[in-house]
Amino acid sequence: MNNIPGDLKYTDEHEWLRLEDDGSVVVGITAHAQEALGDLVFVELPEVGQEIDAGDGIAVVESVKAASDVYAPINCTVSAINDALADTPESINEDPYGEGWIARITPGDRGDLNALMSADAYQEFLENLDD
Amino acid sequence: MLKKTALHAAHIEAGGKLVDFGGWEMPLHYGSQLEEHHVVRQAAGVFDVSHMTVVDIEGEAGEPRRYLRHLLANDIDKAKTPGQAVYTCMLNEAGGVVDDLIAYWRGGDHYRLVVNAATRDKDLAWMASQAEGFNIALTERPQLAMLAVQGPEARSHAEAILPESLRAPAQALKPFHAAEAGDWFVARTGYTGEDGWEVILPEAEVAAAWAAALGAGIRPCGLGARDTLRLEAGLNLYGSDMDESTPPDTSNLGWTLALGEDRDFVGRAAVEAVRGQGIARKLTGLLLESRGVLRDHQEVVSASGEPLGEITSGGYGPTLERSIALARIASDAGDTVHVKVRNKLLTARVVPPPFVRRGTIKVEI
Repeated sequence: MNNIPGDLKYTDEHEWLRLEDDGSVVVGITAHAQEALGDLVFVELPEVGQEIDAGDGIAVVESVKAASDVYAPINCTVSAINDALADTPESINEDPYGEGWIARITPGDRGDLNALMSADAYQEFLENLDD
Repeated sequence: MLKKTALHAAHIEAGGKLVDFGGWEMPLHYGSQLEEHHVVRQAAGVFDVSHMTVVDIEGEAGEPRRYLRHLLANDIDKAKTPGQAVYTCMLNEAGGVVDDLIAYWRGGDHYRLVVNAATRDKDLAWMASQAEGFNIALTERPQLAMLAVQGPEARSHAEAILPESLRAPAQALKPFHAAEAGDWFVARTGYTGEDGWEVILPEAEVAAAWAAALGAGIRPCGLGARDTLRLEAGLNLYGSDMDESTPPDTSNLGWTLALGEDRDFVGRAAVEAVRGQGIARKLTGLLLESRGVLRDHQEVVSASGEPLGEITSGGYGPTLERSIALARIASDAGDTVHVKVRNKLLTARVVPPPFVRRGTIKVEI
């Protein structure tokens, strides 16, 4: 059912990470997450250059229903943000893995990425949530 | 175990996302809450509101009227013609709001109250406790379903769902009036700020009526859109914007207090005392000047940082494309306030509700 691209990494907070060739990592929220949130109407983005510890907030996504934190999956520095979300937060609903990306980060320690889930593992994680 | 309305299967079939809504399993949306909001502002939507509680009141000649003039803070005598409705609170002795409701005079000694679902148990207990000394019977009607068809095209599209004999009388209704035939009851009321009807009908007939509404091009709308619509319309939600600790004068409902000399009602002495002391707090509207979303219980402060009160209902107004809120704040708060949103102070303008009424934005954006 769920759209879970095989080339991404995932967290148990329903974030995805795309590891780029230049060593940077793009972060967003999964199709499952946007669907659970409902129509998004506002995204609070971090500052470029901001250093964020794993588990601290990197963004806040607000739907018609509620505000939800997006957590930094690893220690990182923000290198770019998706400014377009200011005008089109609905991009996250429509294209969560593409136009709806949230931030590009530089990992503090690339070794931290090894702890993330593969697409298969995330799929299994979602199935267990439904039980 | 959650309670289900007679349309439970129809909601699933329509793609409804069902959630626990005060003990009822109800549709939050059918795909997009925003689209459902816009369809009600621009065309027509239908909501299943069968969870609401209908109570009929009958009794010895004159007794139901006498009872309601005791129970309700507004005066049922404002209903001058059969079918006319009165929006009112029922208060406790301290002047707090037990619930808000619509009371209909159905002619003769027949009355109908429609009260909130979440407060059903306490409302029924309260009404029964206040009935002592009155020769009346209170009858809940749980076997009746209720649909709200709302939007500028609602009445024209929804005529087809009504029994033949009710169509002409329903189209002739003025706002806040109802017509009935058998167990069908149609009122030109709603909770969205748009034109439309609320239709009370036998549970056994609601699935067909729902299907007919969808067939007539009326879109199913969930309780999520109902909330953003009522917030834009500046309509209070019981339990959020008012409760047993808030008198009507601090809930933007002072206009519902009928303080004529010819009757007493439960809570009258208390609300008169509140008014006599001066109203220190008011429920009013906030329009967020910047991006962001106001939420329930966020703190409202003055420009100099002094506490003014809090948001009672906050959210995103899809018609306004801005965040709005109802907030209970100091009466002398001025025109501009700040709201604590996470670690920031956002500027909001104080504007009297409604924000939107009949498809038209009523505040300066």
